[in-house]
Amino acid sequence: MTTPHQDAGRYSAATKRFPEPNPDSKVSARIRDCRDQGRPALIGYLPVGYPTVDESIRAGIELGRNGADIIELGIPYSDPVMDGPVIQDATTVALSNGFKVDDVFRAAREITDQTDAVVVVMTYWNPVLRKGVDEFARRLAEAGGAGIITPDLVPNEAGEWFEASQAHGLDRIFLAAPSSSVERLDMIAHASSGFVYAVSVMGVTGARSSVSDVAERLVTDIRAAGAENVCVGLGVSRREHLDEIGAYADGVIVGTALVKALGAGGPEAVGRLARELAGRPEQPA
Amino acid sequence: MADNSTPEQDTELAEPFLGAQNGSLRNATGPYFGDFGGQWMPESLIQAMDELEDTFEKAKADPEFLEEFQRLSREYSNRPSLLTEAERLSEKAGVRIFLKREDLNHTGSHKINNVLGQALLAKKMGKTRLIAETGAGQHGVATATAAAYFGMDCVVYMGEVDTNRQALNVARMQLLGAKVIAVQNGSRTLKDAINEALRDWVANVEDTHYLLGTAAGAHPFPAMVRYFHDAIGTEARQQLLDRTGRLPDAVAACVGGGSNAIGMFHAFLDDESVELYGLEPGGDGIDTDRHAATINLGRPGVLHGARTYLMQDDDGQTIESHSISAGLDYPGVGPEHAYLSDIGRVSYQAVTDTEAMDALRALCESEGIIPAIESAHALAGALRLAEQWKAEDPETARNKIIAVCLSGRGDKDMSTAVEWFGLGKATPSSEVNAANLRSQESGNADAPASETGPADSEEQK
Repeated sequence: MTTPHQDAGRYSAATKRFPEPNPDSKVSARIRDCRDQGRPALIGYLPVGYPTVDESIRAGIELGRNGADIIELGIPYSDPVMDGPVIQDATTVALSNGFKVDDVFRAAREITDQTDAVVVVMTYWNPVLRKGVDEFARRLAEAGGAGIITPDLVPNEAGEWFEASQAHGLDRIFLAAPSSSVERLDMIAHASSGFVYAVSVMGVTGARSSVSDVAERLVTDIRAAGAENVCVGLGVSRREHLDEIGAYADGVIVGTALVKALGAGGPEAVGRLARELAGRPEQPA
Repeated sequence: MADNSTPEQDTELAEPFLGAQNGSLRNATGPYFGDFGGQWMPESLIQAMDELEDTFEKAKADPEFLEEFQRLSREYSNRPSLLTEAERLSEKAGVRIFLKREDLNHTGSHKINNVLGQALLAKKMGKTRLIAETGAGQHGVATATAAAYFGMDCVVYMGEVDTNRQALNVARMQLLGAKVIAVQNGSRTLKDAINEALRDWVANVEDTHYLLGTAAGAHPFPAMVRYFHDAIGTEARQQLLDRTGRLPDAVAACVGGGSNAIGMFHAFLDDESVELYGLEPGGDGIDTDRHAATINLGRPGVLHGARTYLMQDDDGQTIESHSISAGLDYPGVGPEHAYLSDIGRVSYQAVTDTEAMDALRALCESEGIIPAIESAHALAGALRLAEQWKAEDPETARNKIIAVCLSGRGDKDMSTAVEWFGLGKATPSSEVNAANLRSQESGNADAPASETGPADSEEQK
């Protein structure tokens, strides 16, 4: 049995030894390209399997073809403590429609093949543990995935993930919160690769009418701690948010608004919202 | 799950993991218990966990805090709780059974111990709002009670299924001024109530303390909840020594998340002669898919902040648990129990709904004590052990002692009991001849309890 807390491994938060940032990071490269174009990266979230696996893949392709630079594929989970009602409802539908963790690898493959978006996975940690951290990482890398966002895994418990992410060339995207101490921001900045996910408000996922200005201070602090890229999520739903957040962050993460669009108007609605968020002109009918 | 290593080896092995001294299994501080435990939490909550840990560590060393906690335990919760020898039940069982009477605490269960401790910590941290999850409602009632006592706001999350089967406790919480939210997500039971409480906490962590009710979850909860329940076992051990002149041969407690059990076991962990039994909810039986016997049939994983045994499928999705007891209906278990199982110090066994309800009835009829269905699982385990001992040697068995943690009283379970046993309808006087009633009823006065119910056991199976 593995002992994730022990410092037997090369890397650990306790000893402040982290892997070097991934030199071939597709995520970093894409964010650099966006920066060169003078804009923040647009990062869109969709749960795989909602409403069905095939339709979620179509939605991901629409998202990638209409302006998303990076796509977060969510793994529906039975106990999603960080999600608000919209995403909870969507992932419940996905699970009751028979979603399996393996479907994520197919989704990553198909979306990567059919769009130029960079695909990462966002998942609660137990499904990864169950599959085996190294096995999960290997299969995600084989499917063209670039990294994992880990909402309930902090660097302190990530010993196995440090090893597996380095072995398979994946990015480790940890979250930072407005409540994180300076010491923790330092740890998160050094443990992460690709980008650091800044939680803009204290709370669970869900579109809000305004994004708190706490986010700007947090981004500044994470950068000061040494992070290469910082992206902001939780609460983003409109084009104005992108302009506002893009002024200080490297990327803007949209989740709930896209899931709502998918529920109401199918994959095409996801494409339309992506164009609007990306500031692209309406497609002629 | 248990291996065959001896307790001596185990305690030596335990030292480096637990930071414990002199080979003791007591005083394990967390965050890890062997391979279990930890802090698998969202970053948004780490600061709150750190603050809680810091406050708790300081409080443990603060005589003023300890005096206040002990004063409240004495003057408000009715500690120390009694130790009752169940003499008629012992007679039937063929062993000596003692009951640690946590059912006599204020609010009716052991839950008040932990609640008062954490509420005091919340006050120290300047928090003005308490939130809690509850399964059977006992922890919710205790939290609502503490909130009323300390003048704090209180919200209790309870699975919708549980609000129905424990309606009395919903009303109690409301009467105490708490808002009760019926959680309609997932399996609508205890685990979903915890999810919802965590969501509330993430959004309101500045003024809110999440008063977790069991010895599970992320560090420092398992070690902290155990600390506040330590009196259960410490008192029981001394009371047994005073009354019988020796340590018991076995100690039994029910295990859902495992808070009363860890409190009861802890004082005995280093007493190698004392066998410890944790009784898990076996539902319809562990050969069916309707149970919550997490340690017996679960696999290691992460849920609600701790690495522990979980009921989960091959994808790591939590499997819904089933138990007649709302308070034990949880697909995880406290990480220290997972560890104590792995090193073989505690034997965890499953008790079915039927066995628990038989034991409940037996205690009612032989001792005049109506236990919570949760506690009836511990009692059923004790009666099973008594059978084994009797089968080995009835004469030796007669002098053996089992201490059972009677973690709560059964008032809240009346509607379940009414349904299970078909109770609640009095006999109309027209159907009996009052003058001859005594001779009519004497015919079955000695009928064993287990043969009188359950009324609908066939359906339950």
